[in-house]
Amino acid sequence: MTRARPEPMQQVKQRRDAALAALVGAVPYIRFLDISFDRRGDELTAQLNFDDKLIGNPFLPAIHGGVTAAFLEVTASITLCWSHLWPDIESGAIDPEAMARGELPRLPKTIDFTVDYLRSGLPRDAYARATISRSGRRYASVRVEAWQDHKDKLYAQATGHFLMPQTPPEAQEA
Amino acid sequence: MVDKVKLAKQFIEAIPHARELGMKLTEIAEGTATITMPYDEKLIGDPKTGVIHGGAVSALMDTCCGAAVMSHPSAPGGTATIDLRIDYMRAANPGQTITTTATCHHITRNVAFVRAVATDEDTETPVATASGAFTVEKRF
Repeated sequence: MTRARPEPMQQVKQRRDAALAALVGAVPYIRFLDISFDRRGDELTAQLNFDDKLIGNPFLPAIHGGVTAAFLEVTASITLCWSHLWPDIESGAIDPEAMARGELPRLPKTIDFTVDYLRSGLPRDAYARATISRSGRRYASVRVEAWQDHKDKLYAQATGHFLMPQTPPEAQEA
Repeated sequence: MVDKVKLAKQFIEAIPHARELGMKLTEIAEGTATITMPYDEKLIGDPKTGVIHGGAVSALMDTCCGAAVMSHPSAPGGTATIDLRIDYMRAANPGQTITTTATCHHITRNVAFVRAVATDEDTETPVATASGAFTVEKRF
């Protein structure tokens, strides 16, 4: 049995990065908060790029709690969607160019989201990574951790449940 | 009382992120607050339907809960969120203003407990509900 020759590295990277950029770039709210994603293989790290408009307490100053909640929720839903799409991106069933033209998959819907605020958000960039605790056909459970200067000193963590995008019944039967 | 409303309104609307999202404080009483947030295309979370992102609703909920704590007669100063849980009941109708009312239903020397409900123009069914715990600070 002969093994297929591995794809050239640049081609692999280009396909994955194009798919991620199309997914993230399509959401106006992610652009508004200026959240970017760093990819290593299939692992994503979200970065909240600091701006004065994110301030919630001008006296300290500190990042708005709602911004932190939104940052964690965006990280959770993009990570979930990314892991859901990964097999199709790799197999070529999803074309990143078509995604960039606006043929986007549906995003998971948040059912509930709980944020623990551990430290006040300093006026600088923040980072977050999500872990999918369980991903079923209908529901998924995700944990997210966010930090600023030290990875082991979290400034917030969250857990949430999501409703996965449903395939239409006719497609399921086929 | 009018002055307190005016002061609270100025305080909330001076928060950079609240101003950025166009939040307006419409009512404030002892332990309750109502804040509105207009629809804006930059807040869209689902580009196919134009529904705003849950995160923007979180920011509104968090601000409103904080305002409710600070308006409580037993709250001496500022507040910070300890934890906040949000349940998303349905998608907000695109184009409609979201209104949130928060109530600080219990307060101790150190902790304030808050509940909030968000609706759009269809006030019968909530878009989201929230419940959280906030710190009670001696100063701002």
